[in-house]
Amino acid sequence: MVTMNTDKAGGRRRMDDTAATGSQGNPSQGGGTGGGGALRPPSVRVALGFGGGGGGGGGGGIAEAALAAAEAASPAAGHRPATLLQAKEDNPNAAVYKKMEAIIERMQDEATGVPVKTVKSLMAKIPSVFTGADLIQWTMKNLDIDDVSEALHLGHLMSSHGYLFPIDDHVLTVRNDNTFYRFQTPYFWPSNMWEPENTDYAVYLCKRTMQNKTRLELADYEAENLARLQKMFSRKWEFIFMQAEAQSKVDKRRDKLERKVLDSQERAFWDVHRPVPGCVNTTEINIKKICSNSTKLMALPAATPAQLISRQIQMLKQRLDRRNIKLSKVAESYISFYEQYQEYDPFLTPPEVPNPWVADSAEFWDYEKQVKDVSARRVKRWAFSLKELLADPAGREHFGKFLDKEFSGENLKFWETVQALKMLPQQEVPEEAQRMWGEFMGEDASVPINVDGKSFEATKKNVEDNPDRWSYDEAAAHVYHLMKTDSYSRYLRSDMYKDFLSGSKKKVRRYVKHSHTSKYFH
Amino acid sequence: MAGEVSRAPEESLESLIKEADTLKARLEDERLKLNDVTLSHVAERLEMISLLNIKPRRHLRGHQAKVLCSDWCADKRHIVSSSQDGKMIIWDAFTSNKEHAVTMPTTWVMACAYAPSGNLVACGGLDNKVTVYSLALAENVSSQNVSSQKKTVGTHTSYMSCCTFPNSDQQILTGSGDSTCALWDVESGQMLQSFHGHSGDVMALNLAPSEIGNTFVSGSCDKMVLIWDMRTGHCVQSFEGHQSDINSVKFHPSGDAVATGSDDSTCRLFDLRADKEVAIYTKESIIFGVNSVDFSVSGRLLFAGYNDYTINVWDTLKCIRVSLPLRHENRVSCLQVSPDGTALSTGSWDCTLRVSITTCLGFTSYVCLKYLLQFCVSISGLGLRAINLRMIFGNFNLKDCFCLTTSVGCAVPNA
Repeated sequence: MVTMNTDKAGGRRRMDDTAATGSQGNPSQGGGTGGGGALRPPSVRVALGFGGGGGGGGGGGIAEAALAAAEAASPAAGHRPATLLQAKEDNPNAAVYKKMEAIIERMQDEATGVPVKTVKSLMAKIPSVFTGADLIQWTMKNLDIDDVSEALHLGHLMSSHGYLFPIDDHVLTVRNDNTFYRFQTPYFWPSNMWEPENTDYAVYLCKRTMQNKTRLELADYEAENLARLQKMFSRKWEFIFMQAEAQSKVDKRRDKLERKVLDSQERAFWDVHRPVPGCVNTTEINIKKICSNSTKLMALPAATPAQLISRQIQMLKQRLDRRNIKLSKVAESYISFYEQYQEYDPFLTPPEVPNPWVADSAEFWDYEKQVKDVSARRVKRWAFSLKELLADPAGREHFGKFLDKEFSGENLKFWETVQALKMLPQQEVPEEAQRMWGEFMGEDASVPINVDGKSFEATKKNVEDNPDRWSYDEAAAHVYHLMKTDSYSRYLRSDMYKDFLSGSKKKVRRYVKHSHTSKYFH
Repeated sequence: MAGEVSRAPEESLESLIKEADTLKARLEDERLKLNDVTLSHVAERLEMISLLNIKPRRHLRGHQAKVLCSDWCADKRHIVSSSQDGKMIIWDAFTSNKEHAVTMPTTWVMACAYAPSGNLVACGGLDNKVTVYSLALAENVSSQNVSSQKKTVGTHTSYMSCCTFPNSDQQILTGSGDSTCALWDVESGQMLQSFHGHSGDVMALNLAPSEIGNTFVSGSCDKMVLIWDMRTGHCVQSFEGHQSDINSVKFHPSGDAVATGSDDSTCRLFDLRADKEVAIYTKESIIFGVNSVDFSVSGRLLFAGYNDYTINVWDTLKCIRVSLPLRHENRVSCLQVSPDGTALSTGSWDCTLRVSITTCLGFTSYVCLKYLLQFCVSISGLGLRAINLRMIFGNFNLKDCFCLTTSVGCAVPNA
């Protein structure tokens, strides 16, 4: 079974950081690495450091050092700075890694997982593989997916994150056929938060050139990378080369099948961290989340626990005092909202005038703006709420006419002016606020409006003390309420609205006809 | 939080904790009383939305790096988008043309927003600043002049993660990694109001669609959703429930609820009147975080963009997914329904933006077609040939016909 195989392989390589620093850090190796470390940049030396402190002492030949390092650490092993350890839990990708690992664990279950076998081909055995078809079948059966393309996509994601990989392809994806795939050993899982250095990559590529095997031959892009790295690390290439040589020596001591598995796993690891050009690098982190982790530490100790708790208590009390409504009522309100607006939701109901993105014509928007020739569907919407009425230029105009007839046009005008006040730059606000006072609310106002005493006083105080863009909000809210409860409901009952609605019916027929002739469906 | 506090030995603290606990228990009781049914149970009587299929209609290519944010213009056809290489592009999405490209002094422009008038755009990111660019004068001028029309309005103490114009060109509301939100006056650069209450980075904010428009919602890495009064700067309501960072918040078009998207790979719906979470949108096979959510005009559909490159559409009432996902080639970072609800814009780390529509049939027209089809089947007697279907539906995609016919349960012999 692959589980066993990989575990064996992984077990050898997998060591906790503590183990890496502890058991591997014996004097002879430590001294060796230290000596070797001199060739590497400081950061790497720290990272390398299984007891790099003993560096000065040993100095037992660079080759030995490299061998020791290789023995302890295949490509990335041990190159994990201590700071990364803390980051492990905080890494924004950690949650997803965890979920993927849970799935992988289920996939690797001996009884109910994906069937893993060792396949005998003409020349040799292919150890611990499973087919793409099996994987997809398992995914669809076990993960509540009923569409093949979705299962393939999930497989692709697990693969591009490096949890499973095609045994001989650098492009990490999954196909629903008999291609062979293998599970990655936990040691190489991205959740270990490897951030492998370019030097490690150089050692790895260098090592591949030493082994005379077709399956280890470098791909074009890898050869290019190697050339670039060689240029970059020209000064320490000797060290890199020696480390590679040492690693390859270690590899040669391994059992043949085990080596096959290990080689492929190592390759897949680098395919994740140095993906083929054009493939997505899944280890990339959302920058917002990186920043958020760094600020989290600063933000927390701002308040004492007591303060936090009392703030919480205050919040809780507030919430208890609220009068909340039952879920059944909430649900009904959503449904009635939906039923009312369903006709106007272009995602659900084709609009009367063809959707501009489908018909490639801007007619839809022109129609929306026009004030004449309004369809019944649109006029019906005005009855939903005052807000809807005012949102439609035609509706606003018509309502304005109605108000003028009722001699209460100043209400709408006042409300509009208050909204406009909010749009002004800060500098002009006080002046405009004063002007508005003179126009609407002062003793000899040119267009006096009717507001109740309470909001009048409040507004007066606002304007006198410190006029800002919200000074008139209370009065405006009152006026709006008046319009809504009084004028608006009368407007809806008025012949003016009814006539307009029935007058618009004819036009809708024209538009509907129109929208049928121009194509909507593609 | 409680675990942290319990370590303190003070007695007063313990009594406080006790009080908090009893309050919590009481609140829980109250909630249970209100919890008489589930949303999906009530929504059972609604007809299913079937055959929803989102299709891209425009591909906006031109960014050289990950697209991080985008915003629709009120004219319903322009889009501003910002990317990781420090570029901000103004698109005429309708023609897929770039109208302006602005280079920012910082890379990682995490947020951008269109002003209601369409004359200004605001953006910011790792530079901690919110910068406003004027487009009004740039109509016939080269893009260089756009850069010269800029103005720094406000500065946070950490990165700026989101911004929006609250119904006015003259103010900007921003959210920041310093865990605060702030309202700025554009002209003077004065901070009009600041909003303290989150204990983690603010990731998203959204303005209430109400008539007065003085409240907004914010979502944060502290897993909390807070509702704010813009005038007083006070938090008026809070919701918890998510298990990880909240990346996106959006008001239901009725203004009575907010939808959230989180790194815990769920979307949730919190109702302001019930003061609690009323729905959760999740599926076993969806394991990646949600970056962005938005509603359709009727509030029935919730679009959600995920880190697994997909866009899923949820039926908010039945709490199920209604379509097969649309896919980008990398994480979906932003998504927004156009102001008139006709299209959905999506931006992704694959450096592109798309404008998509649903090609389908919403169920009303679906039902009509269903009857029409059944009628056709009954008159033709022998079942339908695809040719006939094509004649009936004209431009209608043949593949969709097959979906439709299979779903109404009549066989199409052969095409």
